Amino acid sequence: MDKRIALEVRQATKKFGGLIAVNDVSFEVHEQEVVGLIGPNGSGKTTMMNLISGALPVTGGYVMMGDTLLSELPPRKIARAGVARTFQLVRVIPAMTVLENVMAGATFGHKRLWGQALRVYSQRQLERVGLADAAEQPMSNLTYIDQKRVELARALAANPTVILLDEWLAGLNPTELQTGIELIRSLRDEGRTIILVEHVMDAIRSLCDRCVVMSSGVKIAEGSPAQVLSDPQVIEAYLGEDYE
Amino acid sequence: MNQSTLRWLLVLAVYGVLAWVPALPDAGGWLSLIVPMTMYIALATSWALFSGPTHYISLATAAFYGVGTYILAMGIEAVPYPLLLLIAALAGAVLAALVGWATLRLSGVYFVIFTLGLAELIRQVVTWLQNNFGGSRGKYVFTDITEAHIYWQLLALTLIVFFVGWLIQRSRLGFAIRIIGGDETVAKHSGIHVAGAKIALFMVSGAVAAVVGAILAPRFVYIEPAMAFNPQLSFMVAIMALLGGLHRLWGPLMGAIPFALVWEFIAANFPEQTTLLMGLAFLAVVFYIPNGIAGVMESWHRKLRANQEVDHG
Repeated sequence: MDKRIALEVRQATKKFGGLIAVNDVSFEVHEQEVVGLIGPNGSGKTTMMNLISGALPVTGGYVMMGDTLLSELPPRKIARAGVARTFQLVRVIPAMTVLENVMAGATFGHKRLWGQALRVYSQRQLERVGLADAAEQPMSNLTYIDQKRVELARALAANPTVILLDEWLAGLNPTELQTGIELIRSLRDEGRTIILVEHVMDAIRSLCDRCVVMSSGVKIAEGSPAQVLSDPQVIEAYLGEDYE
Repeated sequence: MNQSTLRWLLVLAVYGVLAWVPALPDAGGWLSLIVPMTMYIALATSWALFSGPTHYISLATAAFYGVGTYILAMGIEAVPYPLLLLIAALAGAVLAALVGWATLRLSGVYFVIFTLGLAELIRQVVTWLQNNFGGSRGKYVFTDITEAHIYWQLLALTLIVFFVGWLIQRSRLGFAIRIIGGDETVAKHSGIHVAGAKIALFMVSGAVAAVVGAILAPRFVYIEPAMAFNPQLSFMVAIMALLGGLHRLWGPLMGAIPFALVWEFIAANFPEQTTLLMGLAFLAVVFYIPNGIAGVMESWHRKLRANQEVDHG
């Protein structure tokens, strides 16, 4: 693969007091690539996402996007630079309509629209995630899965170059999962770079170009899904030492 | 003509009528009732512009108000009056920016305590300055400004506050502050300057409170710190706004009018128990009408409409 590097994580470290949640992790993500960040629970994947999006400052190392040093910017500037994210536990604003929730993503960040242009553009993002008819509904009427879709529409509304998806596919039924996978693939095909934290193995296999495997805060493997999932170290991290 | 133009024409018409209150027979009596009411409407509405969407309860109203009062008292003999109002607005905004910058990054509880302490702090500083350099405890304000002048100014100020509030609601800033009120994390990751948006709104409410203080200064003739920086004012404004409802621009108005009337009655009949009754009022509002009078009215309106639909259906 000779695509340019979209995002570079170099020796990223995050300490919470004595606990080292992310320890000296380095990897690169190329343009138009889907990279899966996988590993057992508590291995530091979500912390890694928080370091990239600026929700948490790094303790050491850095994150770069092109020539921009993301790791010294506050979250709002990282968003404006073109990084959008969803959250492991859905974050939407219940007191707003579905459309307004999506509009929130396209007003202040990488995309800065207002008025009718904002409404039309946001409506189009809702159509993409299959919620065109829900635009004027209050957010609280939606199911958890639909709220996740709204969250993705909000992230897309920023027209991001890099999208961070934190277990966005979790909890979908097989049909929804298939639609979800196709949707993420279409995002890559239109030129976006995607980093996803995921536990759903089917999705990882069919979607990811590459995987970075973390365990106890360190990177233990990197490569194609097939490679890393057959790596003895990875199997051990997931299933324990005694697994034969 | 669209709906919002119509609404504004209606508002202007109401203001046109209200402007004639000083022409009533026995105007003095009416004014003594309606001047504080108009003052509370301006304070509570501007207070809610900030505290409504952010859920930060500010008890700094008295600090801004007192600063405005003192700016007028100190400057009235040397500086033209309209300029003093402008200076008061600027001073209120700057003070709000400083307080906001220092505290809005912290969680809500610290903010409440800090704002409450602020009025007291400024009061102590002013007292100290006056004792050591002013030569007297208070300051006389002699002007030819009448009660009617004060009333018209306050009336105009409330109109400005409503207009500014309406503009903010329709602006990016208004949208940003609603997102912040909903979920700050979402706001940050959507590219919103969270602290900046909060400070901007806090500056608006600080500026309004300072101007109110300046407008009312001539009414009291003798200005002293304990009166200008009275913490009771901060609590009153918060209770009125909460009573009226924070989720609508006209909400605090619905709280300020009845509360000002009831307060007048309490102050006249139970002058010793005002603080106690204020505390009880605060509890009652928070427990029984969390969405305020505006919320109650809206739910009645919805029920009424639902019933009508059932009848016609």
